[in-house]
Amino acid sequence: MLNYELTEEQKEIRELCRRLAEEKIKPYSQEWDEANKMPDEVLKIFAQSDLFSLCIPEEYGGMGGGLLDLCIATEEISRIDGGVAASYAASFLGMFPILLFGTEEQKKKYLPRLAAGESIAAFGLTEPEAGSDAAAVKTTARKDGKFYILNGTKHFITNGGVADIYTIIAVTDKKRGPRGMSAFIVEKGTEGFEFGKKEDKMGIRASATRELIFNEARVPDENLLGGREGTGFIVTMKTFDQSRPGVAAQAVGIAQGALEMATKYAHQREQFGRKISSFQGIQWMLADMAAKIEAARALVYAAARMVDRGEKNSGPASAAAKLFASDTAMEVATQAVQIFGGYGYMKEYGIEKFMRDAKITQIYEGTNQIQKEIIALDLIKRYTK
Amino acid sequence: MRIIVSIKQVPDTTEVRVDPETNTLIREGVESIINPFDMYAIEEAVRLKEKHGAETIVITMGPPQAESALREALALGIDKAIHITDRAFAGSDTWATSYILAQAVKKIGEYDLIICGKQASDGDTAQVGPGMAAHLDLPQIAYVKKIEEISQEKKMIVAERLVEDGFETLKAPLPCLITVVKEINEPRLPSLRGKMRAKKAEIVKWNKDAIGVEEDKIGLRGSPTQVVKIFTPPQKKGGEIWQGEPEELGARLAKELKKYL
Repeated sequence: MLNYELTEEQKEIRELCRRLAEEKIKPYSQEWDEANKMPDEVLKIFAQSDLFSLCIPEEYGGMGGGLLDLCIATEEISRIDGGVAASYAASFLGMFPILLFGTEEQKKKYLPRLAAGESIAAFGLTEPEAGSDAAAVKTTARKDGKFYILNGTKHFITNGGVADIYTIIAVTDKKRGPRGMSAFIVEKGTEGFEFGKKEDKMGIRASATRELIFNEARVPDENLLGGREGTGFIVTMKTFDQSRPGVAAQAVGIAQGALEMATKYAHQREQFGRKISSFQGIQWMLADMAAKIEAARALVYAAARMVDRGEKNSGPASAAAKLFASDTAMEVATQAVQIFGGYGYMKEYGIEKFMRDAKITQIYEGTNQIQKEIIALDLIKRYTK
Repeated sequence: MRIIVSIKQVPDTTEVRVDPETNTLIREGVESIINPFDMYAIEEAVRLKEKHGAETIVITMGPPQAESALREALALGIDKAIHITDRAFAGSDTWATSYILAQAVKKIGEYDLIICGKQASDGDTAQVGPGMAAHLDLPQIAYVKKIEEISQEKKMIVAERLVEDGFETLKAPLPCLITVVKEINEPRLPSLRGKMRAKKAEIVKWNKDAIGVEEDKIGLRGSPTQVVKIFTPPQKKGGEIWQGEPEELGARLAKELKKYL
């Protein structure tokens, strides 16, 4: 790994997460994948080790670090299990809107609970007909005295059913289009808020993905995020600018884990009377994989640092990091399975899971096609004035 | 309540390799860790602190590098660390070591409970904990798998200890020394805050003068145990497999066994 000039704290985060993943996740990874169930006990261990307090300012009970800290933690967890990492990172996806746009009261109420890991968060944007087209949200929120009444269905929500706190995007004024969308903090147990179908996924199966159903759900008006209507679309875009380096870090971790497994396997598997790691064909595959992972890691860390410095135009960098890292993860994981040959296709060897887990990183938090659009629109804006 | 945990730094035996030429351990490049059984002692102290409120102190006797074991204990939630270190301690056997640790405990003063791991993974003697209790004239419960009850007010502890064919429940007055087995809990990982705090924490260092030991009771001179020889037991030869009819084999076996009568 290159020298990324990490702080002492960041080195500690990496060491702790690596140990946690090796000791507390690796032995059970296959079992959780098969069970298609999020392991509660791991989230408790994350909480006990202060891992939910990353990125949250000290005044709200956090460790006060930045996005790069979270990227390092996510990368290390993903190196062992991309599914567990998805549950972990998705809580931050639900937390970021509160951190970025919440009122002081909302921050004081929710951030300490999240920092302590007492509560898990989730972000609810996607609907059956609103994915890449984020402005096509149909869930509505209408004002009724001291409450907003939510109606609609969100689907594919990571941590759905598991999370205690949900940041939900809903339409408050249909006439205004994207500017008529608002964000709400909805707690589990709210009247009229229920959970629907549990998804049976290709990969990241150690994370929960579920439907959220709002049927005349009564949300107190003090839970309107930021206390203002009409911020829903900007909340979504800014949240994704923050969260995308995390998905990219998940991809880097999955790729790193696959590379290490493939290298070890190549050095023990013998064909034609010698270790297959002695064949140039295999060596070149491993070398390409390693070089691409390092390039992805450098890009992800640079994007995270841009966000941490509060640079205005971090969106396209986040998008580039997510695009490049997730494509790298998919390529590396596929090559790793190839190096394992027939054994790689069998579940018993555990490498095919990396290929299944890698795929989602090209899809969620904006498909890679959407990332390319973000990058291209920025280019056009910059060079065609 | 005040709880003292006594730990030892040992080589990580999962990484130790044996030199096939000399039959000695290759210690180079082998990481030092907290004796795995002591991790259960630390965890139990931290749990008692969380449940009943307590001041927890970790002590170790060892060379300067043993400080890292103390820092890890702090990262795991122990409040204070004392490093008992002096060149004069070198060569101490279990008798001298338990005497030195007991002297350190006396210097700490008031306490309610001492917790040790059941034994160290390098020496495997399981003598130092009970030895400390003897030097301190304390009641001891070894091989504890569960603390049923502990009360500072009632000055007593009730604990289940493993014995060969089951377990016993014992009640003892406080202060008391217990050694713990791995069944007692599942040790946690350090927390980030704990790690950062441990990095900066000041570690108290006590030498032989600080704890007031008698010179002829420490080090090689104070150690009644003498290591005469260390050797690898000879490898057992593989058995033989006989094939044939039962009557024939029975007769052959009887004949063979008679040779040893």
